[in-house]
Amino acid sequence: MRTQVTRLSEAEVWQALRNVPDPEIPALSVVDLGIVRAASVEGADVRVSLTPTYAGCPALTVIQEDIRRALCEAGATSVHLETVLEPPWTTEWLSEDARRRLREFGISPPPRHGGVLEIVWSDPALCPRCGSTDTEVKNPFGPTACRSIHVCRACREPFEAFKPM
Amino acid sequence: MTSAADQALAQGVLALADDELILGHRNSEWTGHGPILEEDIAFTNLALDEVGHAQLWYRLAAELLGEDPDAQPDRWVFFRGQDEYRNLRLVELPRGDWAFSMLRQYLFDALERVRLQALADAGEARVRAVSAKIAREEAYHLRHTAAWVRRLGKGTEESRRRMQAALEAIWPHTSQMFAPVFEDSALDLQPPAVLQEAWEGLVRPHLAGSGLMVPAMAESAVAGREVHTPHLGGLLSEMQQVARTEAEASW
Repeated sequence: MRTQVTRLSEAEVWQALRNVPDPEIPALSVVDLGIVRAASVEGADVRVSLTPTYAGCPALTVIQEDIRRALCEAGATSVHLETVLEPPWTTEWLSEDARRRLREFGISPPPRHGGVLEIVWSDPALCPRCGSTDTEVKNPFGPTACRSIHVCRACREPFEAFKPM
Repeated sequence: MTSAADQALAQGVLALADDELILGHRNSEWTGHGPILEEDIAFTNLALDEVGHAQLWYRLAAELLGEDPDAQPDRWVFFRGQDEYRNLRLVELPRGDWAFSMLRQYLFDALERVRLQALADAGEARVRAVSAKIAREEAYHLRHTAAWVRRLGKGTEESRRRMQAALEAIWPHTSQMFAPVFEDSALDLQPPAVLQEAWEGLVRPHLAGSGLMVPAMAESAVAGREVHTPHLGGLLSEMQQVARTEAEASW
């Protein structure tokens, strides 16, 4: 007798992962964030390689649980999650579409830096509300490791930015 | 059975993990007590990052020793005694005042900058991956703590006096930072004098530019990482208390 397994395609796995939101910035999925580095299917088993945004990010455990649940609901019988550190996560992996949705969500998207963070540190963040760059940093460390706090001089509103990494 | 090289590397990696954990835990004492709200949040972020870095190193040490990387870190953190910890004495000292904690974090960040950069460039493959990851986050730390050192050094008479006092208290403890982490551990890519020179090249101009005077220090033998001050015991008994109350509990 053959055991009946639902064989997921890799495309279906990625589709399921694209529906897993980041718990702290639900406008982005785990795929948008760039933390899913690889996904493969062997029968009904699914293997996913994840890389942490920040090493101390407390959301990582929640993200792992959410991914596990989403893949099981999509038909996987077992899910193997692996952590990879190389190459280290960078905001350069956020797509243009992800940046647009971040801004709509009210968070200033990270500037592109080509791998050299220092070159964007002196650039003022773009106000997600009015689009002005007449802004200042209030705190380089915000409510989560990946966000900083700013204020806009043009519209006088405080806002958060996704830190370039 | 893991190789002798991996065993030695694991012992060195454990020492680096202990540095990050103890500094992170010590600085978390400021959470809710920072001098201003923004800085309370920032310093708490720094502490959380250091604990995250400790976690990466503990996991690597577990893998090198053939232990479970999900379970072993907690055993090391919560069930080792102070004579088994291998952190630098600098990081276990009480938090002191704001100037003391900020200056210690700055001097440690500068050490991480020079050591991790070297390991990220030329370290053992698994060490290189962890070092590169941590070095990126540390770029934010060093920028932040360097700005605070200058702000306090160039601030009011009181802030300058406190920074100078902190520098005089901390400086004698910095010599231990350059001693080899662990014999034959593949972590000591540079001789101590070279590491120290790179570190001093970073911090001396900044301290001087912040109006602070680096105290003269007599050369003397430095005790190893197995020797601690009485302050580590108090920190550990607080940090380990809950885990030890119900050792078999699952969270």
